[in-house]
Amino acid sequence: MKILVWGLVLALVVLHQDIWNWNDARLVFGIIPVTLAYHAGISIAASCVWFLAANFAWPTHLEDDAEKSLSSEEGVQ
Amino acid sequence: MSPGMIKVTIIGVYLGLLLFLGLFSSRLFKGTSKDYLLASHSIGPFLLLMSLFGTTMTGFALVGSTGEAFADGVGVYGMLASSSGIIHSLCFFVLGVKLWSWGKKYGYTTQAGFFRDRLDSDKIGLVLFPILIAWIVPYLLVGVISAGKAIEGATRGDFPTMTETGAIPAWLTELVICLVVLVYVFFGGMRGTTWANTFQTIVFMVLGVVAFYLISTGLAEKSVAEGRAHQMVNGERIIRTEPPSGLIDSLQIVSQEIPKARRVRDKVTLADQIETVEAPEKFRTRERMDPWLFFTYMLIPFSVGMFPHLFQHWLTAKSGSAFKLPIVAHPVFILIVWIPCVLIGVWATTGLITIPPPIASDPNKVLGFMVKSLSGDVLGGFLLAGILAAIMSSLDSQFLCVGTMFTTDIVVHYGGKDRFSDRQIVMISRCFIVAVVAITYFLSLTEIAQTRVFQLGIWCFSGFSSLFPLALLAVYWRGLTKWGAYAGVLTSIVTWFVLFQKSQFGAIENWSVDLTIGATTIHTMPVATMFFASAAATIFVSLVTPKPSEETIEKFFPTRAA
Repeated sequence: MKILVWGLVLALVVLHQDIWNWNDARLVFGIIPVTLAYHAGISIAASCVWFLAANFAWPTHLEDDAEKSLSSEEGVQ
Repeated sequence: MSPGMIKVTIIGVYLGLLLFLGLFSSRLFKGTSKDYLLASHSIGPFLLLMSLFGTTMTGFALVGSTGEAFADGVGVYGMLASSSGIIHSLCFFVLGVKLWSWGKKYGYTTQAGFFRDRLDSDKIGLVLFPILIAWIVPYLLVGVISAGKAIEGATRGDFPTMTETGAIPAWLTELVICLVVLVYVFFGGMRGTTWANTFQTIVFMVLGVVAFYLISTGLAEKSVAEGRAHQMVNGERIIRTEPPSGLIDSLQIVSQEIPKARRVRDKVTLADQIETVEAPEKFRTRERMDPWLFFTYMLIPFSVGMFPHLFQHWLTAKSGSAFKLPIVAHPVFILIVWIPCVLIGVWATTGLITIPPPIASDPNKVLGFMVKSLSGDVLGGFLLAGILAAIMSSLDSQFLCVGTMFTTDIVVHYGGKDRFSDRQIVMISRCFIVAVVAITYFLSLTEIAQTRVFQLGIWCFSGFSSLFPLALLAVYWRGLTKWGAYAGVLTSIVTWFVLFQKSQFGAIENWSVDLTIGATTIHTMPVATMFFASAAATIFVSLVTPKPSEETIEKFFPTRAA
């Protein structure tokens, strides 16, 4: 799962370079220029990817390490 | 009450509320330096999200993004906002959580403290301290200058006896902002700063959406009233006479205007504008942007990985899990703030509103002018308070972190931990904060204030970005040595200075490093040169110099039992 998450992050970076939209002047729903709408989509996709990262690739051991060291310090005191 | 006085009163009440919040939070102050500088590691997910977001969104995001969209079109969003959504959260994820864990375990307060320990090198702190301060002062200036210009643009003509333009002078706004932030940081420390950040982030996000609604509906009504709006009926394009009905309808009316830049519209009749004008598309495409420049812009948000004030905010987290909400919500929060600002900037290029030459020649004033022109005095006052909220929510963390760095990395580190009581440490920190605020304010009165906020910000962010490889390698590579770190830091500062000088100290806008490969010339952002040069120097020198002690490596990269 971690590999998938990091693959998706890499995909976001690649998709961010949307040279195919460079000179496209259409308005999406008559409201928002296509290049702006596309990058708004990138922002939403980024949130989704980070949601996956937070749930499936979270470094839980770091939290445990910090807590352990603090409780052992308190124990010594 | 005159329109100007209404706005000043509303802003005054808002600033008063902030002072109250800062002073109130000081009542919870435990009296220790750890509480003053890190809020005793007590910040949960929501406050962490709001404080991290409020800190990264500054005048650069609001005033600068509107100004750049006015000057260069909608591409500014892709250039900095959507890339930030990816990269900022990446930095929180790969650096923030790990540094929080080490910070909590080993008691770090600043970056210099971490690097000293990680690299077995006392001197690395001395090298980093002046560089970080030198880059953070321009960042502070970005906020202070933005506040001055936004209020100047928004109160133009309101106070005819005060100045030639009838606006509140920038120096006065800048002075008031500096004093208010100083007071609540001085008394509230990190807890006051976090609370104020959260309050201000909510204020600027809500008021930003309100401003967007008011400006879009106001412009749509104007478009219909002036006979500019058109619609298709039975395949024929006709002039629309019905007033707009709601936000979506207003957005459609206003967005019709984006391609029709005012300078073209002025030269043709109204009928021609609707039917025959070949619309210049530059404001809704990236026609004027170089793809390589766009690509290398993506390195700029890496600055977040080395911002000293963000490092300090990371350490305030109550737990590692508190980072999850900021990491997930940050990209969407950026969208909520940036899309309206970019659209407002692009709408300002259309024939729907006339931007006077003094405003058009200084894009930082465009947002303030749009707010003034398209909202009533009361709402205008609230919206200006929202702009100031965004700016101040970054300034406070930066002021606090500068005070922390001086106290921790210089005074306590070299004076000795036992030489000062906790109260003395807090007092020294406060004194240094006062000094930095004073220096920033006086710099804002100089010629530097005439630089476009966006350009100044880009150079400052580029410097921090060039140190990102060092931070990443320190966290993930056992092989990093102190000599590698020195080489990386020195390469960063030297390449930064040389390139900044070549750009005539930021005077040449959008200056690029051009690489010629065969018959093709590639334009790249200066940050790319700094970033890769620094990374290469750090890695190469680390490979050929002695590693830190086994003890240090085991401390940061413990061997895990199978």
